[in-house]
Amino acid sequence: MSKYAVDERGYYGKFGGAFIPEMLYPNVEELRTNYLEIIDDPDFQKEFRALLKDYVGRPTPLFFAKRLSEKYGAKIYLKREDLCHTGAHKVNNTIGQILLAKRLGKKKIIAETGAGQHGVATATVCALAGLECKVYMGAVDMERQKPNVERMRILGAEVIPAESGSRTLKDATNEAMRHWINNPQDTHYIIGSVVGPHPYPDMVTRFQAVISEEVKKQLKEVEGRENPDYVVACVGGGSNAAGIYYHYLDNPEVKIIAAEAAGKGVESGETAATTFKGTPGVLHGSMTLLMQTVDGQVVEPYSISAGLDYPGIGPLHAHLFESGRAQFIAVDDENSMKAGVELSRLEGIIPAVESAHAFSALDQLDLNESDVVVINLSGRGDKDLQTYINWGKY
Amino acid sequence: MVKNRINKLFDNKSENVLTVYFTAGYPELEDTLDILVELEKSGADMVEIGIPYSDPVADGPTIQESNGVALNNGISMEKIFSQLKDMRQKVDIPVVLMGYFNPVLQYGLQDFCKKCKECGVDGVIIPDLPILEYVEQYKDLFDSYDLHNMYLITPQTSEERIRMIDENTSGFIYMVSNSSITGAKKEISEEQLEYFNRIKSMNLSNPRLIGFGISDNKTYRTASEYSSGAIIGSAFIKALKGSEKNSIADRVHSFINMVKGEEVNQ
Repeated sequence: MSKYAVDERGYYGKFGGAFIPEMLYPNVEELRTNYLEIIDDPDFQKEFRALLKDYVGRPTPLFFAKRLSEKYGAKIYLKREDLCHTGAHKVNNTIGQILLAKRLGKKKIIAETGAGQHGVATATVCALAGLECKVYMGAVDMERQKPNVERMRILGAEVIPAESGSRTLKDATNEAMRHWINNPQDTHYIIGSVVGPHPYPDMVTRFQAVISEEVKKQLKEVEGRENPDYVVACVGGGSNAAGIYYHYLDNPEVKIIAAEAAGKGVESGETAATTFKGTPGVLHGSMTLLMQTVDGQVVEPYSISAGLDYPGIGPLHAHLFESGRAQFIAVDDENSMKAGVELSRLEGIIPAVESAHAFSALDQLDLNESDVVVINLSGRGDKDLQTYINWGKY
Repeated sequence: MVKNRINKLFDNKSENVLTVYFTAGYPELEDTLDILVELEKSGADMVEIGIPYSDPVADGPTIQESNGVALNNGISMEKIFSQLKDMRQKVDIPVVLMGYFNPVLQYGLQDFCKKCKECGVDGVIIPDLPILEYVEQYKDLFDSYDLHNMYLITPQTSEERIRMIDENTSGFIYMVSNSSITGAKKEISEEQLEYFNRIKSMNLSNPRLIGFGISDNKTYRTASEYSSGAIIGSAFIKALKGSEKNSIADRVHSFINMVKGEEVNQ
């Protein structure tokens, strides 16, 4: 049994659980009592694996980044989740959840999205499965991420602006939960990250774990060993990170690095660096680390990346932080943008601004020539062109 | 020990118990105590005071907006307790605090219970505190301060779970009238009546109050036929917003009179 796996009550150490009002209890309980059996079913696995291969395009390559390696003095490999269909790792999870929803007999799908990647991934699998799809998105984010809004609409999804609160990801999540409360029987809520009430963090982690499963095999082929010295990923809610950490959690020789979005600086008041500024609290159904006031009101996060500006992190990550298993590094907007342009120039790959945070963490690691580093390139930067253009320093 | 006011209320009154919810610090920061006093004067039997939260997922737009306004007004847990400090010199009806778990957790469970007791709060409703966590970690603490913790049930809650909630809680059971957030629906359907009857026939040890979607005399009467009474929230918040030319007292009295089906004296 892994030290870092969820326990039967849905906890990772002291984090996790299912802090939900009774109105959500039957939905979440239905999922909790069925998800393992469904996921473990050979027919499910067969269908899931086939879609990952032929629809998503897995396995994604593990690319040796020669010029980046020369620059940082280590052997750096990129896990190319940016090459997944729809442009990010998000689709691994939505494929899994749509198959699960069908087996639960659900007819309608709801989702929340920040930058739009999860929304696009959800709209995509709904089209594939022929299920009705509604995606809640903060009205502010809809404005910031117009191309993704249009992609979802072309795919047949209804994009519903969240007009409450700060009108960003947190509020889109609240609205999606409300919708689920009002429609408990025929609707499945596809949460896009390793957050939310148990079993979501565990379920999403299991679907994303295909990433580290592949890395182990691929690294064995090229380096003759399954375990790198470092695995690096960005953490907003933390789904790409959970995916690339998963098979390494119980290998203490693999150093786990989490890059958080410091925004304009950890101490600037405009940040999303949850482990630096957060304290234990409850948001969206789980006990986790959370940016909040002393009164327990949730503080608005800020990051240049609309995919990382979430005020909490998944409970697994909170546990990895508190137990010291993972090292958390704060990366500000400026340095992440620089790292994004650097990767573009050195390797011909424009990363999502989220992923650029992971690359910027390289600056803060004490690397040796022989170190093998695997970075999760969680998404491509096409959607962020305007952010790069606005930043302008290239 | 003096008997908890919630128990006293239900000992004396088994029908038409009118419970009204409002948000602390709304519409103005210092309205909390005045609204409470006026609610008692106008004939409310019990009051729920909402602790505002930035992310009230189980609430509809009306209550969410009132939470936002109250937070902007500067409300906080500390401020609520200071507003309620002397309330027992002014009101006798049971008072329940209702809020999400995170603000309570940050305040500290022990301090929270202690302050509730000092103010004369009789019970709490914390809808996102799981009942198992409550029973294992906090129930003894709440009991030691004679603070009831009321739980919600919905049409989807299983019989087994309702029995478990009934056994482990005290005060009353909060029957959510339908599968929805607060304030979502206006009419009571046949399906809901079937649910009300089903729960009624379970002969639970706690009294039941029906809330969510109760907004006027008709829905209040219907809910009361199937339970000990009703809880009204969103409709009252809307009434409080009211017109500026009416005082808080006028807004409260005319709303309660409307619900009770009494003549409105302007």
